[in-house]
Amino acid sequence: MTRYLELVCPAGNPVALRVAVDAGADSVYCGFRDCTNARNYPGLNFDRQELRAGIAYAHARGCRVFVAVNTFPRAGKIGSWHRAIDDAAACGADAVIVADLGLLDYTMRQHPQLRRHLSVQAAAASALSIRFYMEKFDVSRVVLPRVLAVHEVSNLIGQTGVEAEVFGFGSLGTMVEGRCFLSSYMTGRSPSSDGVCAPAECVSYREEAGGLVSCLSDVMINCFGSDEPAAYPTPCKGRFLVRGRPRYIFEEPIGLNVIPLLSALKASGVTALKIEGRQRGRNYVATVVSAFRGILDALADGRAPTGTPDVLRTVAEGQRETFGAYAKGWR
Amino acid sequence: MSKLTLGPVQFHWSAAQRRDFYARMADESPISCAYLGEVVCSKRLPWFENDLTLIAERLQRAGKQVVFSTPALITTDREVSMIASICQAAELIEVNDLACISLLNGKEFVSGPLVNVFNEGTLDVLIGMGAVRINAPIELSAPAIATLASKSRVEIEVFAFGRQPLAISQRCYHARSRDLHKDNCQFVCGEDVDGMEVAQLNGRPILTINGTQTLSYGHVTLLNELAELQASEVTHFRLSPHALDMVEIATIYHAVLDGTFDAEEGLAKLQEIAAPIPFINGYLHGHAGMEWLTNFAN
Repeated sequence: MTRYLELVCPAGNPVALRVAVDAGADSVYCGFRDCTNARNYPGLNFDRQELRAGIAYAHARGCRVFVAVNTFPRAGKIGSWHRAIDDAAACGADAVIVADLGLLDYTMRQHPQLRRHLSVQAAAASALSIRFYMEKFDVSRVVLPRVLAVHEVSNLIGQTGVEAEVFGFGSLGTMVEGRCFLSSYMTGRSPSSDGVCAPAECVSYREEAGGLVSCLSDVMINCFGSDEPAAYPTPCKGRFLVRGRPRYIFEEPIGLNVIPLLSALKASGVTALKIEGRQRGRNYVATVVSAFRGILDALADGRAPTGTPDVLRTVAEGQRETFGAYAKGWR
Repeated sequence: MSKLTLGPVQFHWSAAQRRDFYARMADESPISCAYLGEVVCSKRLPWFENDLTLIAERLQRAGKQVVFSTPALITTDREVSMIASICQAAELIEVNDLACISLLNGKEFVSGPLVNVFNEGTLDVLIGMGAVRINAPIELSAPAIATLASKSRVEIEVFAFGRQPLAISQRCYHARSRDLHKDNCQFVCGEDVDGMEVAQLNGRPILTINGTQTLSYGHVTLLNELAELQASEVTHFRLSPHALDMVEIATIYHAVLDGTFDAEEGLAKLQEIAAPIPFINGYLHGHAGMEWLTNFAN
């Protein structure tokens, strides 16, 4: 059977890696247990030994492993990021996922044979930008930002010939990735430098007369009535007063799901489909990876998928889904 | 002494407002350099681009350096050709999307505050590509800026006054706030000369919307920090234009820089101009960006 799209799955920790591999991932992505990767949450990620073992497990089952070193190194502390790249190479990673210019440059010089995937944190959203990274840093693949419509994805691939990975399921940011400072504006910690957005230790909920209030640091992000499901207080999914009226000015608490668009994405020349969610548990990984494995295999066999399996709705953010920017009119 | 620069107008000001603004800044303000052009939404540029040459000439006659700023996000082919022609015509360009570097044909450039330069490795790469001045990203702390400046062979600029750009999107939130789409936005962003206030549900203001851009609610104010940053070899301080008396604001910053009066006196004068919008400076002290700190170890 020919592969329809490469299924790239989150491995937040060694257990999730094995679950994803067993559920049919073509590739998994993971990071080290520090601020060198953009999912630096407590209890997640890998130490060097765990990565080596995880790679052996995946490779024995025909699955590739990508290591995300996709935060922006801090001034004067760049050594930790260089070590992360060196160690990923030494452990036998199939690629590193990188966003920072200096780190791309280091990787290209020190490990020319190691595949470089451009992280979504670099937000390369134009042909010009993609060519810049291909020409200057010889990146093999670009993870496209979640801000493009399907016809734009198609144009970009046509114009650049790039090997493209796109997001298919999971959490959805509305800002250009790698350049959003809303989290650090409120908490002091950001995805760019610390690898965290809306860190859990800054989150609180409290009951008030009007409903359940969610806060990030001291900032009130939302207030849910008894008929609404509560959502995690991510700044860009908050409800705020604009011209005196409460509304989700950026985006609603909602998850991305592109299952109905898979054939259009395939036709546009996309190589790989990425499942977001290294911060999610093994149940999420098992559920989402097996569902997508089934759908991609059906498509590869020429069978039409039968829509979104109900089980995916139960794990989607806010239990609701959107096509995000892939659909016209999102902007 | 470090120099003062005037950042690009971030908001959708009318052509007439821009003409008046730059005429006054050219004639009366102590700034050394002005950044012209549109950084947020390329749809706005046709409203004022015919004036840019005259504005640039007036600023240059007044002895100010002129730099042309380019958008934070380059996506459409139309934007690419528009920016390519700016890059060809202008002497010095501010890059805010790395893709712009490909359009410069090796020309020198300024790396804008919207480019992620968090470390010396990236600093070196950009200098190798032709950067002659590098803006510290708004999220950097004073020690991080000092580290960059100490390793830099080029000028270093810091965003020192105004609402701080926090995020950029393809989606237009100004249009969304009126149930419109970006493609048919009716330029509603022009109604808010300093952006549209976003408040928490408890009524406390928190952010500012400016089309596809999200900014802080408070004004970054680094009068207390100018001396330390200047000692760290920061060469330029950026004042971001607002519908306030920017000549007076530049004069206050200049007076604190040259020691005519101290930071405390400067803050009191600035408060009279900027109130009721609060001051913020958290990022510089390694805190949440929205905080205002006055007691900190030097």
